[in-house]
Amino acid sequence: MDRGRVALSRQAPYIGNVVRRSSPWLAPLGFLALFYFYPLASILQTSFARGEAGLVAPFIDVISSASMRGVLWFTLWQAALSTLLTMLFGLPGAFLLARYEFRGKSVILALTGISFVLPTLVVAAAFNAILGPRGWANLALMDLFGLIQPPIHFVNTFLAILTAHVFYNTTIVLRIVGDYWSHLDPRMGQAAQTLGADRWRTLVHVTLPLLMPAVTTAALLIFIFNFTSFGVILVLGGPRFATLEVEIYNQTIGLFNLPLAATLAMIQLVFTLCLTIAYTRFSARLSSPNTLRPRRFSQRCLTNWRSRLLASLYLTALLALLVLPLAALVTRSFLRVEPPRSGSTNWEADFTLDYYRELSVNRKESLFYTPPTTAIGVSLGYALATTCLALALGLPAAWALARDARSPASRIFDPMLMLPLGTSAVTLGLGFIVALDQPPLDLRASILLVPLAHTLVAFPFVVRSLTPSLRSIRPRLRQAAEVMGATPLQAFRHIDLPIIGRALLVAATFAFAISFGEFGATALVARPEYPTIPVMIYRYLSQPGALNYGQALALSTLLAVITALSMLAIERFRVADVGEF
Amino acid sequence: MDESEGLTLRGIEKSFGAKKALSGVSFDVHRGETVALLGPSGCGKSTLLGIIAGLDRPDQGEVSWNHVPLTGIPSHQRNFGLMFQDFALFPHRDVFGNVAFGLQMAKWNAESIEARVEEVLELVGLSGFAGRDVNTLSGGEAQRVALARSLAPNPRLIMLDEPLGSLDRTLRERLVFDLRQILQHSHQTAIYVTHDQEEAFILADRVVLMNAGRVIQIGLPEGIYRHPDSVFVARFLGMNNLLPGLVESKGDVKVVSTEIGVFPATDAIPGPATVLLRPDDVQPGMELACSLSGVLAETSFRGGMVRAKLVVNKVALDFDFPSYIPLPPVGGMLTVSFDPAQAVQVFPVQN
Repeated sequence: MDRGRVALSRQAPYIGNVVRRSSPWLAPLGFLALFYFYPLASILQTSFARGEAGLVAPFIDVISSASMRGVLWFTLWQAALSTLLTMLFGLPGAFLLARYEFRGKSVILALTGISFVLPTLVVAAAFNAILGPRGWANLALMDLFGLIQPPIHFVNTFLAILTAHVFYNTTIVLRIVGDYWSHLDPRMGQAAQTLGADRWRTLVHVTLPLLMPAVTTAALLIFIFNFTSFGVILVLGGPRFATLEVEIYNQTIGLFNLPLAATLAMIQLVFTLCLTIAYTRFSARLSSPNTLRPRRFSQRCLTNWRSRLLASLYLTALLALLVLPLAALVTRSFLRVEPPRSGSTNWEADFTLDYYRELSVNRKESLFYTPPTTAIGVSLGYALATTCLALALGLPAAWALARDARSPASRIFDPMLMLPLGTSAVTLGLGFIVALDQPPLDLRASILLVPLAHTLVAFPFVVRSLTPSLRSIRPRLRQAAEVMGATPLQAFRHIDLPIIGRALLVAATFAFAISFGEFGATALVARPEYPTIPVMIYRYLSQPGALNYGQALALSTLLAVITALSMLAIERFRVADVGEF
Repeated sequence: MDESEGLTLRGIEKSFGAKKALSGVSFDVHRGETVALLGPSGCGKSTLLGIIAGLDRPDQGEVSWNHVPLTGIPSHQRNFGLMFQDFALFPHRDVFGNVAFGLQMAKWNAESIEARVEEVLELVGLSGFAGRDVNTLSGGEAQRVALARSLAPNPRLIMLDEPLGSLDRTLRERLVFDLRQILQHSHQTAIYVTHDQEEAFILADRVVLMNAGRVIQIGLPEGIYRHPDSVFVARFLGMNNLLPGLVESKGDVKVVSTEIGVFPATDAIPGPATVLLRPDDVQPGMELACSLSGVLAETSFRGGMVRAKLVVNKVALDFDFPSYIPLPPVGGMLTVSFDPAQAVQVFPVQN
């Protein structure tokens, strides 16, 4: 054999390696390029196309407009205030969960988790069912005092927005701060006490400073969620309130002022990217604290009556906030109420399945009317398509990441895969509208638009759910199986599949549930004749009439049940401590 | 100094669920005295410290200082220092910040804080460490900072919970003497918790021995070592030559008979007993009153002394001899002798 050929045969596997190593990245990166970066670039272009006077002109326009300044200001301070309230409400709970062992603790954690994953439209409907003009509280008061008008004005107030944000995000404090707190060495506090610090000063001088990394991380994450809040503001806040996210939607759908929407989206993107980077930095610090202890050292029982009383009071408040709206939603969706007839002050109320039955009836017999059951079918179809697409793209990406986390490719692509998470849903939708409406990619009429948008949102979750379990398959395991006489196929069936099977299930459920509840992007790109369930709920909630209201609640109940079941399935299938979020 | 001043514990009981952690613990710590709380891991020592410090409440019993009960007084008002097992230094404060913490809580002014911190850092041999980040300290340095932190506010009582437990052996041996000097120098009333008898004997004026939540013997270090109260104490102190025996009266004298021979037992109660043959009160040769012969099965050299395993009538016995004494080769016969009044102790077997 001559030398050249030896060299070549040595090089050939190398070249083959490069190709093989990068090939799993092709599909996911191609997808991101087409449906994330290209739309973002189009937003950028649309925004700058407006400014004849240079690159900064569109931004100066926005800043000099009083109403846009108002939107920006409102976005910031509602997010700040919501975050502050959530922290204040959540921190005692984090303390309780971290330092005490009591019955029902895991149930409480699970409940708070469910509130976090519920679609915004369901939450909006739920608060409507308890505090809205036709909600339980108002019905009860009107019945009790013979009132004609609902006495509580909750919907379309700033308070409603704040309450919903606290409802959503308390679990972040409970989990991030609570978990960190539970591992914090309790002897730090005891040391302070033996050195003469009372409880309050121990908290201020020792515990809080030590908790700071977790508190900052949680606050940043909550701020990001509140900053990009959309459904809650749109439905519970009403027309008087607009965050950047809502304003982008209004400018796009209502006024079709795409250039202004694009500029707003750019501003929003800069904010969210900076916040996300800060969040990533801080959360990375959480993993290497030097005082963490195993939990068994730090938890006690509630012993004296005072601690028991305080704990019960807090848990009651927490459960009231988290459970009452949902209970109200479900019960109210089975209730028909008639206003009092003349001469009587008593409301008539009875159990009904009408709202559910009406879901499949085209009462208006209008050609343009879509019965809600169609929406259920559409949502199902979209969710299945999203699941398939997200798995098809996420599996190779996760595989490549798991195989070699330190390779240059992984280091560049890993954060890139997470970018859609740091981009608001409405921005993603806007990107589709401005980018995918002209050749070469004209998908305006395509039914694929919604699943593509949903895949963009679900894709990071799929990758994050799959990577740890793929990483846990060490080649040794498979080799061990093969040494013991398993064929490669048997090894795959008995080793690989059981290990990643659960993770696949978790990833698929994530994708499915995300698609089912997604509202921000869908609101922009869904075709009117193919509405999803959240879009349908939004339509019903914004139309008057008892039947519309009831149907909104019925649909929300269905959606809540599906989401809750999905999340329970994820909890069930998730291998302990797997999942990198 | 009045002997009755200081800490008094009476009948302390504590359970965690069904598990009894402490039962009927009573003892005193006099002013200026160092008491070692000695016992195996998990015997309730740390729980007891928590109760004395006021971090935990006893189910029953009373902690008092100078005969004033401390019941209901929270930890931060007791002015008791506690040094934790792995120090619990505040990672967000530097050395100065850690040592100054107690003084700041007691609202000292800035100048006196500075002076006091400098003073205690010097006492523990860490002058010039004030600005150091506590996360960069070595084990020995962290231990000294923790000690300085608990000493700084002049606590009435300082409690040290296995303060050398997490350090390696050589460091431990050096620090234990430093610790003794610091405690004596500052006339500090102290409770020193350890599972290491050597540490306890070096540091303590008196030793309180605990097992399974109970105090089983209190005494001077020499007293406990010379006269263990029970088989448990003997075994805990590393005395393994414990044999079943029977105490009988033979005329005027009482004797105890065992598998290796019959020995006089002056004060013993007739009946079944466990017999201790102290490993270090035995010497090769036949000079002393009682003697034993057996096969030398094993020797292990331990520096100043040699531990020899002698098999007498199928019973293996351990003896410690000074290492300058010549011994026959392993496998050879060896005769040893002892004074039974010194070397033999008889514990009645309780039914």
